Amino acid sequence: MIDKFVRSVAEALAGIKDGSTILVAGFAQVGEPRALVDGLIEQGAKDLTVVHNTAGRGREGVARLIGEGRVRKIICSFARSRGSVLFEEVYARGDIELEIVPQGTLAERVRAGGAGIPAFFTPTGGGTKVAEGKETRVIGGRECVLEQAIIGDVALVEAWCADRWGNLVYRDAGRNFNPVMASAGKLTIAQTQNIAELGELTPEVIVTPGIYVDRIVHVPSGDPPVVIS
Amino acid sequence: MANWKPWTREELAARVAADIPEGWYVNLGIGIPTLVGNYVPPDREVVLHSENGVVGMGPAPSPDRLNPWLVNASRQHVTLVTGASYMNHADSFGLVRGGHLDLCVLGGFQVAENGDLANWSRSANDRAPAIGGAMDLAVGAKRIWVVMEHTTKTGEKRILKRCTYPLTATACVKRVYTDLAVIDVTERGFVVIDTVPGISFDELQARSDAALCSS
Repeated sequence: MIDKFVRSVAEALAGIKDGSTILVAGFAQVGEPRALVDGLIEQGAKDLTVVHNTAGRGREGVARLIGEGRVRKIICSFARSRGSVLFEEVYARGDIELEIVPQGTLAERVRAGGAGIPAFFTPTGGGTKVAEGKETRVIGGRECVLEQAIIGDVALVEAWCADRWGNLVYRDAGRNFNPVMASAGKLTIAQTQNIAELGELTPEVIVTPGIYVDRIVHVPSGDPPVVIS
Repeated sequence: MANWKPWTREELAARVAADIPEGWYVNLGIGIPTLVGNYVPPDREVVLHSENGVVGMGPAPSPDRLNPWLVNASRQHVTLVTGASYMNHADSFGLVRGGHLDLCVLGGFQVAENGDLANWSRSANDRAPAIGGAMDLAVGAKRIWVVMEHTTKTGEKRILKRCTYPLTATACVKRVYTDLAVIDVTERGFVVIDTVPGISFDELQARSDAALCSS
């Protein structure tokens, strides 16, 4: 019987090695695998490359991982965060490498990683700083930039509901990077708000088929915090 | 004293909204562009896209109807309109990069007469650089309209021969809405198609680096 559920966050994160590339899903604190990121801080792996849309918010989650000195390199589209200078402090000291990537290129590099496409040309970033040091080619009259796929040693995602095969569904805007990153992790770990019996999630609604998912942990953490802007 | 006054942020947003026809799929950037959504008449079906995977975004919710799981790309809580759908981030940007959006309205720091846009960084040595989705949108949407103040608060010009800040994308801007004028970017350069009442062409030119043409 296939059963990908594990009993604890610690069990879900067991075996993650120093130097790993970690994909962390979520956007604007919705659909963010917070329990797994907090668990990774406890787990202790260091010298990590983290792939996430931002360099973290406030002093929690990815920002805290950076603040604890555990991240060697961050690959993100947005390194600025209102009310947080954790990344900026570490970056100003030269203690972290930053690769800034257009958000669509970031999503597509991860998608390519999960789909076996080693690299692709895109006009996004053509003629800008993003193209510097990269192979470029004029295709259809536009300068295109060669962008490399991203594969994670580990992908951390949050689902709304999961069954024991690892079939996942997401809630509202909580989908975001989750299905993309789930497909691109050599070891994909999901935390889920709810559990379904196998067969309860109808085939039409399953967004991430269980083939992409290795471990699941039940974390009924409730609604994400309301954003005051 | 000048006998004209600049359009307010709200007037500017309403001016942009008036130019969006029914049936367009539109992405609105951060800042004044976000306000544009408030001024599209309710009987005109314009479908708003948000980069985090929402097609069919509605206005901000009343506090009792707030859904913590539903935000837009600016991290604001929003609602859905009837007929809305969700997609993942790669599909959402595939929609952007694949040329499916009729229009993206972006904020800007500088626009050049060849349509170059600078809107993500004011310095080559940014302490915390933030591109977000701007480069994908600037390259991908069928039309880019930029909304910005005509000059900076200290009077520096933003309608330029060449951008001096790091570029977001080259030759992408079709129209600029400033607080003083509406200006098309054409093969013969900047063409002024509307201004605030009372401003003269020379007064507008004096606030612009690149040469302006009258329509």
